[in-house]
Amino acid sequence: MSNDAKLVRMANQIATFFHSQPAAEGPQGVATHINKFWEPRMRRQLFDIVDHRSGEGLDPMVLAAAPLIKRPAPSGSTDHPPAA
Amino acid sequence: MSLIHEIDYGTPASKSEKMVTLTIDGREVTVPEGTSIMRASMDAGIEIPKLCATDMMDAFGSCRLCLVEIQGRAGMPASCTTPVAPGLVVSTQTPRLKDVRRGVMELYISDHPLDCLTCAANGDCELQDMAGAVGLRDVRYGYEGENHVRARNDGAINIKWQPKDESNPYFTFDSSKCIVCSRCVRACEEVQGTFALTIEGRGFDSRVSAGMHEDFVSSECVSCGACVQACPTATLTEKSVIEIGQPEHSAVTTCAYCGVGCSFKAEMRGEELVRMVPWKDGQANRGHSCVKGRFAYGYSTHRDRILNPMIREKISDPWREVSWEEAFAHVASEFRRIQYQYGRDSIGGITSSRCTNEETYLVQKIVRAGFGNNNVDTCARVCHSPTGYGLGQTFGTSAGTQNFDSVEETDVVIVIGANPTDGHPVFASRLKKRLRQGAKLIVIDPRRIDLVKGPHVEASYHLPLRPGTNVAVVTALAHVIVSEGLFDETFIRERCDWSEFEDWASFVSEERHSPEAVEGLTGVPAELIRGAARLFATGGNGSIYYGLGVTEHSQGSTTVMAIANLAMATGNIGRPGVGVNPLRGQNNVQGSCDMGSFPHELPGYRHISDDATRETFEKLWGVSLSNEPGLRIPNMLDAAVEGSFKGIYIQGEDILQSDPDTKHVSAGLAAMECVVVQDLFLNETANYAHVFLPGSTFLEKDGTFTNAERRINRVRRVMTPRNGLADWEVTQKLAQAMGLAWNYRHPSEIMDEIAATTPSFALVSYDYLEKMGSVQWPCNEKHPQGSPIMHVDGFVRGKGKFIRTEYVATDEKTGPRFPLLLTTGRILSQYNVGAQTRRTDNVVWHEEDRLEIHPHDAENRGIRDGDWVRLASRSGETTLHALITDRVSPGVVYTTFHHPDTQANVITTDFSDWATNCPEYKVTAVQVSPSNGPSDWQVEYDEQARRSRRIAGKLEAAE
Repeated sequence: MSNDAKLVRMANQIATFFHSQPAAEGPQGVATHINKFWEPRMRRQLFDIVDHRSGEGLDPMVLAAAPLIKRPAPSGSTDHPPAA
Repeated sequence: MSLIHEIDYGTPASKSEKMVTLTIDGREVTVPEGTSIMRASMDAGIEIPKLCATDMMDAFGSCRLCLVEIQGRAGMPASCTTPVAPGLVVSTQTPRLKDVRRGVMELYISDHPLDCLTCAANGDCELQDMAGAVGLRDVRYGYEGENHVRARNDGAINIKWQPKDESNPYFTFDSSKCIVCSRCVRACEEVQGTFALTIEGRGFDSRVSAGMHEDFVSSECVSCGACVQACPTATLTEKSVIEIGQPEHSAVTTCAYCGVGCSFKAEMRGEELVRMVPWKDGQANRGHSCVKGRFAYGYSTHRDRILNPMIREKISDPWREVSWEEAFAHVASEFRRIQYQYGRDSIGGITSSRCTNEETYLVQKIVRAGFGNNNVDTCARVCHSPTGYGLGQTFGTSAGTQNFDSVEETDVVIVIGANPTDGHPVFASRLKKRLRQGAKLIVIDPRRIDLVKGPHVEASYHLPLRPGTNVAVVTALAHVIVSEGLFDETFIRERCDWSEFEDWASFVSEERHSPEAVEGLTGVPAELIRGAARLFATGGNGSIYYGLGVTEHSQGSTTVMAIANLAMATGNIGRPGVGVNPLRGQNNVQGSCDMGSFPHELPGYRHISDDATRETFEKLWGVSLSNEPGLRIPNMLDAAVEGSFKGIYIQGEDILQSDPDTKHVSAGLAAMECVVVQDLFLNETANYAHVFLPGSTFLEKDGTFTNAERRINRVRRVMTPRNGLADWEVTQKLAQAMGLAWNYRHPSEIMDEIAATTPSFALVSYDYLEKMGSVQWPCNEKHPQGSPIMHVDGFVRGKGKFIRTEYVATDEKTGPRFPLLLTTGRILSQYNVGAQTRRTDNVVWHEEDRLEIHPHDAENRGIRDGDWVRLASRSGETTLHALITDRVSPGVVYTTFHHPDTQANVITTDFSDWATNCPEYKVTAVQVSPSNGPSDWQVEYDEQARRSRRIAGKLEAAE
């Protein structure tokens, strides 16, 4: 399974949970979960799918959550090891 | 340092709060009502001679040595079976008592060998002590008559004599030294709960027998060691004592196997470990043990242990031994090179749930402060991460709510997705003890685990659900409780958010959640679910114990929430005897989570995005910390395959064997440029490593482990690390090589740093642990004694939160190609990936992983017991031997994952829990068919493993 497909599956699994929760929680719940647990490159990959491939395969609730998900810094912004 | 001698009070302590005063030998003694005269005397410092009594078991009154005289009462009652009463006047030593005791002793010795000087128990023999105590000087009967002592009597065969049973790898049974006090038999019953031993025959023919006159290893004996510990003579003796002799000093330490965290005395002679004896003051185990902790420590001196650091350029090269300095410099320069080349986030680390809190803390610290990212994770990812998430959401903290003692006050127990008699044996013994006293049991498990029906223990309900349907079953239990009005409204109104409860109650009340509606998909008859729900809701103190059968599913987190809902709805939180109890897998998996091993959390479960928490650590560490969560283990492997993750420091964890979808793990590891493995042995992951740093065992270092009840227990060094450095020193030196100014002189200084930064550990220090023995966190100004029970006056999050739990079928579905469901588990004698236990004599009980299959499924496929079978899933295939049993239902197969040549995880898939990415080990669609032997993949793997373990200048490793 490609990484993208895996990521889509993971995002949709989260949305599936929030579909069963009271409606008010929906997209905010998905976004909070992804903000809390997804490393920037995973979010970058997610935004790549949302922005450039019109969210192909993603649950509508993930798309609705996208504006609430923290956009990670562009890759390369911390490309050096910390100063010792 | 000297040998720790524990006082044996002869009979168990009474829990009564009513006190009774009596006079013993002219001294006034006040003790709780129900105490025996024997124990009351010992309390006052008067040791009454005894042989059949010991405080681990109830009084038995058979040896007739502990007699006393009581003013105004006739005869000489046994002090062990006679309770105290107000105003009694007791004499423990009178001319009559002296004579009688000496006479009794004389009879014992007339049928006992007189080889004290060469006897293994010499120096630790209660029979010898008692002969001395009663002043035995002569045996008037002689030694010539009928006896159990000699193989021959005057040349004729003595049919009463029995040769020594040496079948158990760890202890011997020498019937000729037995005084038939029944302590071993009672220990097996009362302490262990296995009932493997009995007394056969009558009168002079009485003797101890394992099973139906079998040898020990063929009997039901589980080798827990309780009988050996109970034996007052050399009849049951550790083989290590026979070989080495009596220990001369000891230290109290903590077992490095499962999450029960038993306390042991490591009894030593010099730096040689003579034996491990469970410590009676150990709060988790209360003097009991299992075969692993008691006996399976031989791996620590196994010849396979790697004692020198090693490096290689490519994983196809043989290893090259180097100095520690060279190894540290090499890792530091490789990690920095990779970060310059691929970015700061291209490396990470994995902390070990087998190492100490202090060591784990240092590994997450080197990642956050040294690597400059949060790419740190731990094996809890693949076991209890859903517990963290689920309990965090509902209760406000991820921790189990009880201590182990709590089981003594429970009335109804649900065991779901756990097999305590194999996975957490000492807890299982304590649970069985309570069940024998009358508590009721509900087992929810696809397999008929031992607890379902055993000697004097039987589950009231066994719900044999189809793997993957936990949420449906637990929600159906809630449906019954809510729709029949069995919930605890007072508790819910007081402790929980009532509107959330109402929302949840209307959700679970929907008809589609009824036991009848879900019967088709769960396979559990609706009546069983209804009965179990009623029992749990109305049977008194209800407790829930669960394991990886709950968490390792795509809905693991949801099941944890469903369990929490159930406990709240029935008011079973916040007092002894109730609660939600995750049975943690590894010795320090609780601790490794506490110590900030997760990529999104700093120590004490505080999210990395919280500025105040980061600031605490930034100030202390002198660095700035990233506020972004790091990669979890499966994400690291994904990123490695994709090319953005290139280096990893793995302490004490074998991800290639233990993590799912082996081929994906190996592809991830193979794509990295610097894999550093720190371990005792060249484990499977090391096949893909470029640097190997030898690790140390729990016997070789100081530190603390935190068990499943949040108890912080000391680990004490009893021998010099054979590899030269304790694991915390290895991480520290690596940090120094990377330019970090660390300078811890002792693990206690690391604990001081943890306490200073983590509010739930605020009062913890080695001095405090020395004083208290152990404490359960939170341990701070608010809870100076620690916290045996959580959520006593209210939930940590404020109000308990009910959360809807919708059942969602896993994507892993059976079909024509893969019609069976595989689920996995463990076995008593082996531990986790088996790296330790396979290197001990425990292999006599389990030398290979076998596939349990129902007779019906076996018959359909032409499989006989013991046949080689091929086990295939969408991910891969392997072969192993079949074990035909109706413990599994038709349609379900089961195996363990203790042996690398089976590689059960070649079969498991990359599906995972929606919230935490905890892999779905417990459900894999498979097909089983007859086979001729190992698969091509197994042969290739074995060859690759063998080649990758070559060390330049050394003969090939044996395994």
